[in-house]
Amino acid sequence: MERRRERIDRGIKVRAGDVFALCSWREMLYLVAPRLIPILGFLLLPLILDTYWQKVLLSVAVFALLAISWDILAQSGMISLGQALFFGLGAYCSGILNHSFGWHPLLALPAATLLGGLIGTICLLPVLRLRGVYFSMVTLIIPLMLVRIVEATKVFGGTEGLSGIDPLPSKWLELYLIVGVLLAALFGFRRMLDSDYGLVLKAIKDNDRSVINAGINIYWFKIQALFIASCIGALCGAFMTHVYMFVGMPVFALDYSILPIAAAVVGGPGTLAGATLGAAILVPLSEALRGIGGLRIVFYGCFLVVFIVALPEGIFHYVQRKYHQFERWVEVE
Amino acid sequence: MFLGTVIYGLLNSAILAVVAIGFNLTFGISGVANFAYGAMYILSAYLSWMLLNLLELPYWLSVCISLLVTMGAGALMYRFVLLRVRGQALSEVIATFGIGLAILELFHYLGFVGFEYTLPVLIDESLMIGDTMVDFQRLLIAAAAALLVAGLWAFTHYTRLGLAFRGIAQDERTALTLGIDSDRIAMLSVSLGCGLAALAATLVIPLGSISPGEGYEVLIKALAVCIIGGLGSPGGVIVASFIIGFAERFTDTYLSSHWTMIVSLAAILVVLVVKPSGLFGRQKELEERI
Repeated sequence: MERRRERIDRGIKVRAGDVFALCSWREMLYLVAPRLIPILGFLLLPLILDTYWQKVLLSVAVFALLAISWDILAQSGMISLGQALFFGLGAYCSGILNHSFGWHPLLALPAATLLGGLIGTICLLPVLRLRGVYFSMVTLIIPLMLVRIVEATKVFGGTEGLSGIDPLPSKWLELYLIVGVLLAALFGFRRMLDSDYGLVLKAIKDNDRSVINAGINIYWFKIQALFIASCIGALCGAFMTHVYMFVGMPVFALDYSILPIAAAVVGGPGTLAGATLGAAILVPLSEALRGIGGLRIVFYGCFLVVFIVALPEGIFHYVQRKYHQFERWVEVE
Repeated sequence: MFLGTVIYGLLNSAILAVVAIGFNLTFGISGVANFAYGAMYILSAYLSWMLLNLLELPYWLSVCISLLVTMGAGALMYRFVLLRVRGQALSEVIATFGIGLAILELFHYLGFVGFEYTLPVLIDESLMIGDTMVDFQRLLIAAAAALLVAGLWAFTHYTRLGLAFRGIAQDERTALTLGIDSDRIAMLSVSLGCGLAALAATLVIPLGSISPGEGYEVLIKALAVCIIGGLGSPGGVIVASFIIGFAERFTDTYLSSHWTMIVSLAAILVVLVVKPSGLFGRQKELEERI
């Protein structure tokens, strides 16, 4: 009896990489398993973790969302070095709505998401015509400028910040809210990027002039991508405000800009799953490295450089490729 | 008070020009936006400090060593990191930013912060112009700025290497056909940019103290000047330095020092809205923005 090796997905991918012919539960499992892992993981982990690691899971979800927001921008050709802008705007909006106007957190959260997203979009509207590095430079600058403005004008609590903000009603609601939003964003926006709409966004990154030639107004599409991304970022900020029950100048800190980029680069830009994977690796790692304090950011910097040079596709693409290359022994007929 | 503000505005512009010229040089030639620029500035400052205070070497020797080491670091950064991601703007930015972040946060972690971490001034005297006190270090910076700008202009217009630099900046492929090794030239340009950062640190640090936070400020100042002047345009650097330099001093005097940084940041936004290619960035307007 002779045997040969066959790719597991041979019977599944009959026509093309993304047209599947499924004829058994096993084949379905082959496709579904990688998608079920994050869903089940994020839904079940809160039940088994202790309080401390639940907080870590919470920040995994927040940073994964920030990384997704960064990735959506990057997919539309806008490399942001300042996700902290969106995060901070959302945080301040929610903080002010709750602190000054007494809105309930569950009401302030969506309101701050939209409001923060809107303000973030307006902030970057003038620089939308800039490409590549130039856009990055401006996004690096704006959060720093907002910090100085808060410091100089002493609005919204100035350097002290606003404290005593209401938390969300229960711990479980808090956890499952952010996990639910993360999963919805992950799968929803992946679909969006695969649709025709997403193709236009990706085309703007690849060659914006030919998109203009096709008679498409790239600025309108860029504005939409920017609004989506800044809404996600603002949601994270607004959420964290209610978790910490505090909002202040640290919300514009470099951490919120660097970690999402690191997560997206380590995980693999282009697929939002990569960004989530990156956050799921980096955030617990940084918790484990908490003992070394400030040296953590040094590690992030090194991580970024090593991954950009050695594995530019990111972990997710690498794992995905390997997964599709699994082989099994079959009898030669 | 007005005269004093004008004088300090001039000197401040000189400082900005000295700080920004290295960044602009690297970007103008190799197209690499060196986000590790601020880190190189701080790296060379700490190196000089360590050589000076821990090994107790003479001033000139330690400054020269740190200048060479910084240039070497820039060259290594290009050879081992940037060369592999050349042409991908996103990767270049992330890689240089990562390197800069690692260097700055390492110093931050090591705790090198305080007033004792500073470099000595060259001439510890000051001069009275009208009723304004001006120290010699600032005058020295002004002179150095003028020399640097003139020197760089002469270098890029009258030496073979300088002409090769400009050739790469204008059209890399054509330059290649003329036998200019673009990788070598780009490495030299990154290295030279880092060297200029080190030089700027030697000149400017004595006015304050060395701290990792200064690295970010320097990067932002360099970005501000280069964006307003038009990236890669030497003339733009000078004009933009004057605009920001005067704007900063005048807000400092007539408003409050909190607003100093905001003015330069706001200036960037206004310039980008009114004239997106910067004041003098005509060279590659279409490639830079749409």
